[in-house]
Parts: sequence; structure tokens; C-alpha cells
Amino acid sequence: MTTTVNPPTPEQQEGIGVRLRHGREAVANRWHHAPRWVRWVLLAAVIVFFYALPNKEFYQYLGPIPTPGANFTQVLFTVSIYVLLAVGLNIVVGFAGLLDLGYFGFFAVGAYTVAVLTSPSSNIKTLWPWLLVVPIAIALTMVSGVMLGTPTLRLRGDYLALVTLGFAEMIRIAAVSSDFLKGQRGFNQIPHPPGKYADGKPFFGVLDARPYYWLVLTLIILVVIGVRNLTHSRVGRAWISIREDEDAAQLMGVPTFKFKLWAFASGAAIAGLAGALFAGKQNFVNSQNFELLNSIIILAAVIFGGSGNIVGAIVGGGLVAYMIERFRGIELFGVELYEYRFLFFGLVLVVMMIFRPQGLIPNRRRAAEFKDRRKEVIVGE
Amino acid sequence: MSDTEQTPAVPAQAAAPAVETVDKREPLLEVDHVTLRFGGVVALNDVDFTLYKGEILGLIGPNGAGKTTCFNAMTGIYQPTEGQIRFRGEKISGKKRHQITRMGMARTFQNIRLFPEMTALENVQVGADAHHKTSVISALLRLPRHWKEEREGREKAERLLEFVGIRPRMHEFARNLSYGEQRRLEIARALATDPVLLCLDEPAAGFNPAEKEELLQLIRQIRDTGVTVLLIEHDMRLVMGVTDRIVVLEFGKKIAEGLPAEVRDNPKVIAAYLGVPDDAA
Repeated sequence: MTTTVNPPTPEQQEGIGVRLRHGREAVANRWHHAPRWVRWVLLAAVIVFFYALPNKEFYQYLGPIPTPGANFTQVLFTVSIYVLLAVGLNIVVGFAGLLDLGYFGFFAVGAYTVAVLTSPSSNIKTLWPWLLVVPIAIALTMVSGVMLGTPTLRLRGDYLALVTLGFAEMIRIAAVSSDFLKGQRGFNQIPHPPGKYADGKPFFGVLDARPYYWLVLTLIILVVIGVRNLTHSRVGRAWISIREDEDAAQLMGVPTFKFKLWAFASGAAIAGLAGALFAGKQNFVNSQNFELLNSIIILAAVIFGGSGNIVGAIVGGGLVAYMIERFRGIELFGVELYEYRFLFFGLVLVVMMIFRPQGLIPNRRRAAEFKDRRKEVIVGE
Repeated sequence: MSDTEQTPAVPAQAAAPAVETVDKREPLLEVDHVTLRFGGVVALNDVDFTLYKGEILGLIGPNGAGKTTCFNAMTGIYQPTEGQIRFRGEKISGKKRHQITRMGMARTFQNIRLFPEMTALENVQVGADAHHKTSVISALLRLPRHWKEEREGREKAERLLEFVGIRPRMHEFARNLSYGEQRRLEIARALATDPVLLCLDEPAAGFNPAEKEELLQLIRQIRDTGVTVLLIEHDMRLVMGVTDRIVVLEFGKKIAEGLPAEVRDNPKVIAAYLGVPDDAA
């Protein structure tokens, strides 16, 4: 018997996708070849830009970027929450390859934990301060992640997707119908994060969304550093190996169940944090905040941006959330585009899947490679 | 042969002393009267052999003889219906796959199963991670253990890639490597788990004669580092050239066992497997 040899021939029939990729790779090459200080300066510039963005003195010069139909700083806050969620879901879906359709359920757990423990309309009336409750919310979401993951992560693929979908619906229905979670009436007077200006006015007020946005932005940076630390380590390699070939990973000594559970728990913790931030800003939480559609949007954002790539998740989450808000207040033939936002959104996704199935910024971890190659060239000469 | 069906424990223990006969060599892997059924199909029928430390054992047989099934039972993927498999004196069944790997058994796959979207280096690092303890907390906070193990793993991975001869390609994605390089990468990844026993499942499939010769060289080198090798192979010349002993399977049964020369002259084996005089050419 002869075994047929099939040398891998990647990306043969992709047409436009290939050209797009070459364009992106040229950018990536230039980025990885740039001296370290150039990269730091560029990164710092991007960060400064996003800190400055919610100021009217700045964004009024940005042409079509501000949203016509909504308060731009409020939109930025929403977008930043979506970015945080996308970064978290990217761990689960992008790195560990676990299809989680109920990610927003964890966001709900985080938000409701804060609501129940801080709001005067809660049955238990603990009225704890927001800051104290945030770690509790994160811990509880992690626990709920482990509780959901322990029985389900032994399942694979489709089953996991179904169970997580069910979980998110359970949380939502519990929120709608249980007296403890207050249904539509919801929880009001959830306290804001602490902090005062010099003149005694609270830093985190009701009208101005900017402080909340800055807070979330700062936390995004911290979370990204943490996630990056994880992915560039044994943990990240274990996750990716599970995504690539779970059986082979097990046989290479990866305790797959343990690492899948960690992926689930880490993702859940980030969603819990996002939920706590959301509750602290909104002041009010009810069952309408947690529609299933949100889970789908975040999943779409991760895939859109480039599953398995942190920058991709950030860009995907940001763009998707922003696009939805951007449609507000635009009229075409007498209909407000916002009503059809998901139609456009679907269209964009279909186009993406055809021309760029790997996402805007796909998973390429080549920084080390370029560094080493240069070293080798030097040694070789 | 035990007639008490479906009660693996008792006959297995009864058979155990017989295995440890006069042989003074140290048994590493004992396949002890293993029967494996899938429904009505008997994939392995009372297969019994022992692998000794430091040798290269060939497991051969025609297509469908049960070689890979036997392999999968040894690495804990299938549980034997009857009999048991002991590795370094411990029963394999009931152990998790990653635990078996940590006990010192590593394998490659007949149809290559690398992590295609990881670089060659990272593939090998995954293998090296088998004995690492860095967990989420130490990776998140970049504790000293992370740095230490990361450095060790990286050095080990580069050394092994050098050993199998594909170090210059270490930053290539596994899926972009040539077929031969992928086979070598699988061996390097398996070696990174520090195996006592390395199981190679048809490592020469699809190789040309020159590549096969290089592979033989590599297998011998691996043995010389103290690793015991179990080789499943189709190619008789390769098997004859490198193995110390050979076990022959046919239709799930062991039909012969012995030195390469003995096996080659065994009429049963010739009938079953070497029937066609093709190797002369």
C-alpha cells in the first residue's frame, strides 16, 4: 500500500482574501520590524487618542465619527463595555476554541450581583458600597463559570454551544420572573463608583459618561495585559493546543479539562467585571438589559475582529458596538436605519465570511519570529 | 486462556507471573492477554507481549491487523475488554491520558496530528509543558516559576528541533512545514514530554528511501539516548533494519514474536504478510 502524500497547500483558492491578507501582512511586517521605541510611541499615541476621544473639544473635529443620534460619550461607554466583553469571550472562543453562546449570561450575573448587594430596592438591603461589591461580583461570576463548566466542558462542540445558550436564557428568565431579581421593575439607585473632585462634587456622576468610559478604558488596558500574559505562557499554549486538536493535546500531557475550565472561568470573570461596571454606571438594572441577542453580537464581534487575536477582539468589539450606534438617527427613504441595524450587521458579517473568513486581524503570533529571524541573519553572516 | 468472560481482573492476575519468566531484562510495557471488542468485532484477541527497557520493538502486520488499535489501547485511548496493560508496573486503564504521558509514554500519530496554527517551536513547547507546573496565577502575574519554566521549555524545544533537524524552521507554522518536516516535528514534540517509551505509529509512511534512511538513523539515535522505542511500521526493510525484536499481528491476534531474522523466516508470517516477494527488487 502506498500512502498518498499531501503537502499542505494553504490558501490556494481565496482570491481577494489573499490580497487583503498581503496588505495586512505588510502592515504587520512593518510593525514587527519597527524599532521598539517607535512601537511604544505609536501605542501610547493610540491610548492617548482614546482617552481624549470623549471630550467634545476633541471629537468635534473628527468629522463623521461622532454619532449623530446619540450622546457620543454615552456611546463610547457602551462601546468600551463591548470591547471588554469581546476581550473576555475571545479567551473562551478564540484561544480555547470553546463555542460559548451564552457569554452575556455572565455579564448578567455580574450586574445582578452588584444590584442585589447595593440597591435599596433589593430584598436583602445590604446596601454595600459599589467598590466592595465588584470583587464579589467577579468571584461569583467565576464560580458560576466553574459551575456551568464542570459538567459541560466534558462535552464537545455543538453540545457546549447548546448548554451555554440554555444558561444565558435561564439567567434571563430568572431575571424576568423571580421576585428576588425584580423582573422588569428592576433595581434602582445602584451606587456609582467612589471618588470626588477637589470641590467635593462626585467624580462619577449621573450626566457625564466620560469618567465611566475612562474607568473602563483603564480596566481594558489592565485586562489586556493580563490576558496577554496568559496567552504567552504555558496556559495560552494549552488553550491553543486544545483548540487545534484536543486529543493530541491530551496525549501530549495537557490536562485539557482543567485548562478549559480555566478559560471558562477567566472569560466569565471579565464578563462579571463588565457587568459590575455597567451596573455602577447605569444606576438601574432590570431584565431588559440581558437579551440573548447581546451574546450573539459579542460572539459575532470576536469572529469579525479575528478570533484568537487580542487586538482583533478589541477592534471587532469596538467596531460592532459602534456601528450599531452609528445607525441611530440616520434616515433613508423615511425609515430610520437604526431599525434595520441588525440587517446591515448581518450583511456585513456575510460579506466578511466570504472575503475574509479569518476575521479583520487574524491570529498571527509572529513578533518573536521576526525578532529571531533578524538575530539568525546576523549570526549567519 | 481464560473462559471466565467479562471478568478481566481475575484471569489477568493469574496470568501475571507467567509473563515475568526467566527474562532478566526490565519489562517496561506489559501487554497482558489483552482482548478488545467493539460490539461484536474483536479488534484484539488475547494479544500478549512485553516491551523491555532500551530496545526497539517492531509491531507489524498487514492492514487491519490491529496495530493501531493495540497502540491506542496502550496509550489509554481504548480500555481493554479483557486483560490489562501495565506501564512501568502500573496499570494503564483508568488513568487519564495526560497522566499516562507524564508517566513517560509519548506517541506520534499515523495521520499527522500537529497543532497546525502553532509554530513548530510552540508545538514542541506544548510537549515540554507536560512536566511544567505554571498555572493561571503564576502566568498572569509573571511569577518566577513562569520565567524559569518558559526558559527551560524553550531551550529544550530548540534542542529537540535541532536533534530532529528542523531547527531553522522553528518559527514556521506547523501547517506550512513539508510533510517530512511535520513527521519530524511530531517526533520532537513527543520527545519533549521526556518519554521513557516513545511509540511511533508508521513514522515512515509516505517517505522516499533516502528519507527512510534518515529516519532509521534518527530512531537509532533516540534509542541511544536511553529511550525505548515501539515502532509500528509497514515497510519491512525499515523494520528489519532497525528493530531488536518484532511482534507480528494478524486479524487481532499475535502470530509471531522474535528476532527480525526469525520472524522473517517464520512461515506463518510469510503467509500472512510477506507472501508477495516484493522486497527483492
